[in-house]
Amino acid sequence: MPDQVQMVPITVTVNGQRHSLSVEPRMLLVSFLREALGLTGTHIGCDTTYCGACTVLLNGRSVKSCTVFAVQADQGEVRTVEGLAGESSLHPIQQAFLENHGLQCGYCTPGFLMSAVQLLEKNKDPDEKAIRKGIAGNTCRCTGYQNIFKAVRAAAASMRGR
Amino acid sequence: MYPRAFHYHRATSLSEAVSMLTDLGEEARLLAGGQSLIPLMKLRLASPAHLVDLNFIPGLEYVREQGNELRVGALTRHAQIEESAEAARVPIVHDCASGIADIQVRNRGTLGGSLAEADPTGDWAPVLLVLGTEVVCQGPDGERTVKLEDFLVDAFVTTLAPNELVKEVRITQPPKKSGGAYIAAKRSAPVYASASVAVQLAMEDSSVCREAGIALGAVGLTAIRAREAEKVLNGKSVDSRAIEEAAEAAMRAADPQSDMRGSAEYKRVLVRALVKRALEAALRRSRGEPVEVSHLYA
Ligand SMILES: Cc1cc2nc3c(=O)[nH]c(=O)nc-3n(C[C@H](O)[C@H](O)[C@H](O)COP(=O)(O)OP(=O)(O)OC[C@H]3O[C@@H](n4cnc5c(N)ncnc54)[C@H](O)[C@@H]3O)c2cc1C
Ligand code: FES
Ligand code: FES
Repeated sequence: MPDQVQMVPITVTVNGQRHSLSVEPRMLLVSFLREALGLTGTHIGCDTTYCGACTVLLNGRSVKSCTVFAVQADQGEVRTVEGLAGESSLHPIQQAFLENHGLQCGYCTPGFLMSAVQLLEKNKDPDEKAIRKGIAGNTCRCTGYQNIFKAVRAAAASMRGR
Repeated sequence: MYPRAFHYHRATSLSEAVSMLTDLGEEARLLAGGQSLIPLMKLRLASPAHLVDLNFIPGLEYVREQGNELRVGALTRHAQIEESAEAARVPIVHDCASGIADIQVRNRGTLGGSLAEADPTGDWAPVLLVLGTEVVCQGPDGERTVKLEDFLVDAFVTTLAPNELVKEVRITQPPKKSGGAYIAAKRSAPVYASASVAVQLAMEDSSVCREAGIALGAVGLTAIRAREAEKVLNGKSVDSRAIEEAAEAAMRAADPQSDMRGSAEYKRVLVRALVKRALEAALRRSRGEPVEVSHLYA
């Protein structure tokens, strides 16, 4: 067991803003975002890498931030739910979840939004199967997935229309 | 939950990683995608004192064709294999890569880490066994190349020495007129298979099989090669009777345990059903039919 706490300096760009901090190696990316940067939109729902509530984009790819050490994001770019909305308007994916009632309590929602962002950035017109596959790593405990599918489909349509 | 405190070491080359492992001794572990190791550390089922991070080593993420081989760098993520045009030419490899866990896990988890972990329910081992695969390992004395069947020793045990690592995986491309398919039955996406089946058929013509490869996952301590089932097909016409017989033989080769994923009996029956499906898909693919196969969710 290490006798002295090791601190590792890292620089991470989160939602376009650079942060340089020293962290303990065991700090998870999700805790870095929530506790070190105060970005509490990214949630923790499980301890098993199962639920996807903690999903963020790391260098453009969705990851479960409870299963990445913050030191591994060094020199990287992170996008969280806080980075989705513009100054005065919601991101089309947020708007679509709102309009299609893609949530009840909202706890899982940031993770679903980030998975949807990854899906729609890769596939502008996903069919039902691709949508199911794209959000298979996210679990909602409140609602059926029907409105979430609807929301993703609506978001895809509105993003194609832009 | 937080893992126990550890010292973090960032390797910038493979040889540096090997010398770090050598210097730090048995208290050190490699960190690749972290998709097996970090969950274990969070649950304190693993508490290594030192982690050697491979993620900052350049040039270890690739899928390339070389001769009749597909060479995959140890740090290549499942999602990169899923997206690779080279890998897509070996459909069974694509079947596997595209269905592991979920997209978030596939974006991080690596092929090298999966093989090194040697989880009996891992998806790669059965697939790579039916293709003929070698694992290139690097240690303090240089490289050695091991056949996958020799690399996998037991559940969670490989031939890797504590200061050795996986550098590359070399997959033999199947000959023309071949078809393969991989089907894993899972309760939901982010869980491991209850049982899985990999089939690869090299055909003489559209119905007679020259050589069959059949391997089973999650129903033994390592992936199991179903040799008797292969014999049923070798040199024979792959008709519905032969498929039935091969599926029965594969079921007898399975050695499952009852657990939260189902009873041993259920898993045997599942193997029989999966072998039939995978053989039918492999046969159609060998005839050039595009058949979509993916992991099944109960
Ligand atoms: C929710 C969830 C579901 C999953 N479902 C599946 C599934 O259905 N099928 C499946 O196959 N997998 C599944 N996985 C596991 C996933 O595929 C992992 O990515 C994989 O098993 C380990 O790879 P890694 O790169 O993440 O390795 P790590 O977790 O970083 O390492 C695993 C082990 O391998 C060692 N190691 C890593 N790289 C090397 C190397 N190059 N040389 C030597 N040793 C090395 C490490 O020291 C460690 O002991 C799942 C994981 C999660 C979290
Ligand atoms: S909190 Fe990360 S997957 Fe559940
Ligand atoms: S809306 Fe409550 S967990 Fe999904």
